[in-house]
Amino acid sequence: MAPPMLELRGITKQFPGVLANDNINLAVEPGEIHALLGENGSGKTTLMNIVYGLYHADAGEVRFEGRPLRMTSPGEAIATGIGMVHQHFMLVQAFSVTENVILGMRCRREPLLDRDGGATEVQALSAKYGLKVDPRARVWQLSVGEQQRVEILKALYRRARLLILDEPTSVLTPQETEELFEILRALASEGRSVIFISHKLHEVLSVADRITVLRRGRVIDTVRAATSSKEGLARMMVGREVVFRVNKPPARPGPVVLEVKNLQALNQKGLPALKGLSLEVRAGEILGIAGVDGNGQKELTECLIGVTRPVRGEVRVAGENITGLSPRQICRRGVAVIPEDRHRQGLVLPMQVAENIMFGNFYRPPFSRRGFLQLGVIHDVARRLAAEYDIRTPSTDIPVANLSGGNQQKVILARELSGQPRLIVAMLPTRGLDVGATEFVHRRIIDARNSGVAVLLVSTELEEILSLSDRIAVIYEGEIMGLVPGDGADVHELGLMMAGSKRLAAVS
Amino acid sequence: MTEILGVLLSANFAFASIRMASPLLLAAMGGLFSERAGVLSLGLEGMMLSGTLAAFLGSYYSGSPWVGLLAAAAAGGVVALVYAAACVTFRANQVVAAVGLNILAVGATGLAFRGAFGVTHHLHRAPAFQPINVPVLSDLPVVGPILFRHLFPVYLAFLLVPVVIFVLYRTTWGLKLRSAGENPLAAETLGVKVERMRYTGIIISGLLAGMGGSLLSTGFISTFMEEMTAGRGWIAFSAIIFGKWTPIGTFLATMLFGAADALQLRVQALGLAIPYQLLLLFPYLLTLCALVLVGRTQAPAALGTPYERMGGSRK
Ligand SMILES: Nc1ncnc2c1ncn2[C@@H]1O[C@H](COP(=O)(O)OP(=O)(O)O)[C@@H](O)[C@H]1O
Ligand SMILES: [Mg+2]
Repeated sequence: MAPPMLELRGITKQFPGVLANDNINLAVEPGEIHALLGENGSGKTTLMNIVYGLYHADAGEVRFEGRPLRMTSPGEAIATGIGMVHQHFMLVQAFSVTENVILGMRCRREPLLDRDGGATEVQALSAKYGLKVDPRARVWQLSVGEQQRVEILKALYRRARLLILDEPTSVLTPQETEELFEILRALASEGRSVIFISHKLHEVLSVADRITVLRRGRVIDTVRAATSSKEGLARMMVGREVVFRVNKPPARPGPVVLEVKNLQALNQKGLPALKGLSLEVRAGEILGIAGVDGNGQKELTECLIGVTRPVRGEVRVAGENITGLSPRQICRRGVAVIPEDRHRQGLVLPMQVAENIMFGNFYRPPFSRRGFLQLGVIHDVARRLAAEYDIRTPSTDIPVANLSGGNQQKVILARELSGQPRLIVAMLPTRGLDVGATEFVHRRIIDARNSGVAVLLVSTELEEILSLSDRIAVIYEGEIMGLVPGDGADVHELGLMMAGSKRLAAVS
Repeated sequence: MTEILGVLLSANFAFASIRMASPLLLAAMGGLFSERAGVLSLGLEGMMLSGTLAAFLGSYYSGSPWVGLLAAAAAGGVVALVYAAACVTFRANQVVAAVGLNILAVGATGLAFRGAFGVTHHLHRAPAFQPINVPVLSDLPVVGPILFRHLFPVYLAFLLVPVVIFVLYRTTWGLKLRSAGENPLAAETLGVKVERMRYTGIIISGLLAGMGGSLLSTGFISTFMEEMTAGRGWIAFSAIIFGKWTPIGTFLATMLFGAADALQLRVQALGLAIPYQLLLLFPYLLTLCALVLVGRTQAPAALGTPYERMGGSRK
């Protein structure tokens, strides 16, 4: 019998404070699509970075086609025949597609750069595998899906026999995901191996031959996809039974709280990101904004909270025009924000839990009197909120950086939701959280909605949108492609809208 | 006013502009390699100043400005090596490292010069480069005297521009260098040795900046004075920004600054009722305006950020 394409024996990797990989054994056969399934933080990326030579394992052995590897750099991994598409793309935005593909490789006319020859080769590869992309385009001009194809082309150009994809579908529409799976199947049928990392059960079940489940850095089991169920995999992944649907009573929508009219805004590059977007959110309902990342979600939320100034259009909260007001003024009108990236926007990591909880209010009594902070009051309030929001922290005066991701998110919830907001703008509120913390955040958002708060939920996770939203709007290239009721929404139809190919009559 | 206009139109002024631009051009072309690899070329002033002294010493003791030129390149290279070690290996803050190095260079060159020659008012002279008249071309009317009667390092500076364009944009090495300045992590995942690229870029900047410095002490004048570069390294750094990190743009920017310097000198010679301090200020004011006009948008994406490989320690 031929040896496995890749074999891992007893791989262990310790980071300060976490054992990211704990004695991992894994074998991937030639021609196999092998899924690595696990929650965020379970050690999938770390394991693959070890295989790719970016990290060094503390213990254990990597074997490739039966031979032990002693890898110290990605260059060696590439030379061996291993390619990896990282979760965060590793592309040079200012370079062309061809330049990205041939970077670091010897050219036929070495030391001269052979752009035309490279472009021809890239063209041939992309035609062969259906990876449509213009070899001469600059990467920053490409959509996320196209950028992913460039990453796959990079690996194929280097004749990778093992292709590792780290959460490749998180940036794709359901249709693009299906196209990707076709490409992966074609690669496997040529005898190449694919390692497909995901935390989405249905995807893993539909594309993989075998599935290895990781939890807290350990292999729980390796199973055949054909004989596995969603429930069984979820149990292995989380370590207990999981409910897939969030319970919520029917919505009782009240008056319109948020009204966005014909909003136009530019992105950081100065290109149009919102092209006349309009929407309404009523009190007591959750409006989900579905869409592939990078279609104007960021600019939309930034306009709502006053960080970006729209070029044209109007934002009204409870009837009042708030366009162009400062973030503080908007905050005082009852708009709460759960930002996309809690490390960069929601929290000041080196500062205390209590300080992070009172941001936005520190200048007001009772937190501040005559310009002096009232530390006693601040810590009393912080302790009360920490208890109420179940923030697990030894005290309120330690840096928020020392908390786990879930507890950090609870700090944000405590700050934003305790001020009795009228409107919550939540962007990817559960990104990177484990199942328990995710349930908590969802629960709190639904409680707020039940008590009459309007919620705008922006997420690229379709599952999250489907389970929380009362109505779903799909955003594509800065426009709303259509609106559907949350109950019984059809994933296929949403996917088509996410790809911009279908516009429904708006229903409200 | 008419007098100044007269200066601007004279062949003499065009010749002087080229002269004054060339040390800037050498340093700035070097600085481009460092910047495109992702490391700020703020240390050009110190590298240039070291080159100025080394050129003088080399030429003084050997009797040949060519030896001085090599010594200048070597001195710039050594300073660059120290800067590279600080920025790349030890991932120091590049601004702090560069400013420290520049201050050190002022002190060290002054000290070395006094150590060698003592504190005297006697002017020490070293053999300097002599103009090379390019056969035939230097006899052309108008352009001949302007373009083809210069010193060797001046020609070198101008010939360097197409070479830099070629190396940066037409070779695989240039692509790798630029990738280190745009996205070092991506470059590393493709097997590019980011740290080596950055070291190389910085050292090239030191070699060329040192040669640029040699023009000051063994070119236009044949002696050394403390702080002789007088901020030219900073101006070269500004020229890269004003030129939006392209060789052509940088070249044009150094020409502009060179012309400003030449103008300032000529106007002083006219003996107008303008305080000469104000005239001296002119090139620096122009630099300041130029910097305000250009945003950072065109800069290499990873410029100024130390690169740390993933996964921490590796054996
Ligand atoms: N460079 C690093 N330094 C310290 N800890 C890390 C580093 N990379 C990952 N970790 C930690 O290791 C664990 C596993 O992370 P990761 O491999 O990224 O998980 P996954 O890809 O499954 O989401 C997490 O607890 C994470 O915080
Ligand atoms: Mg990961």
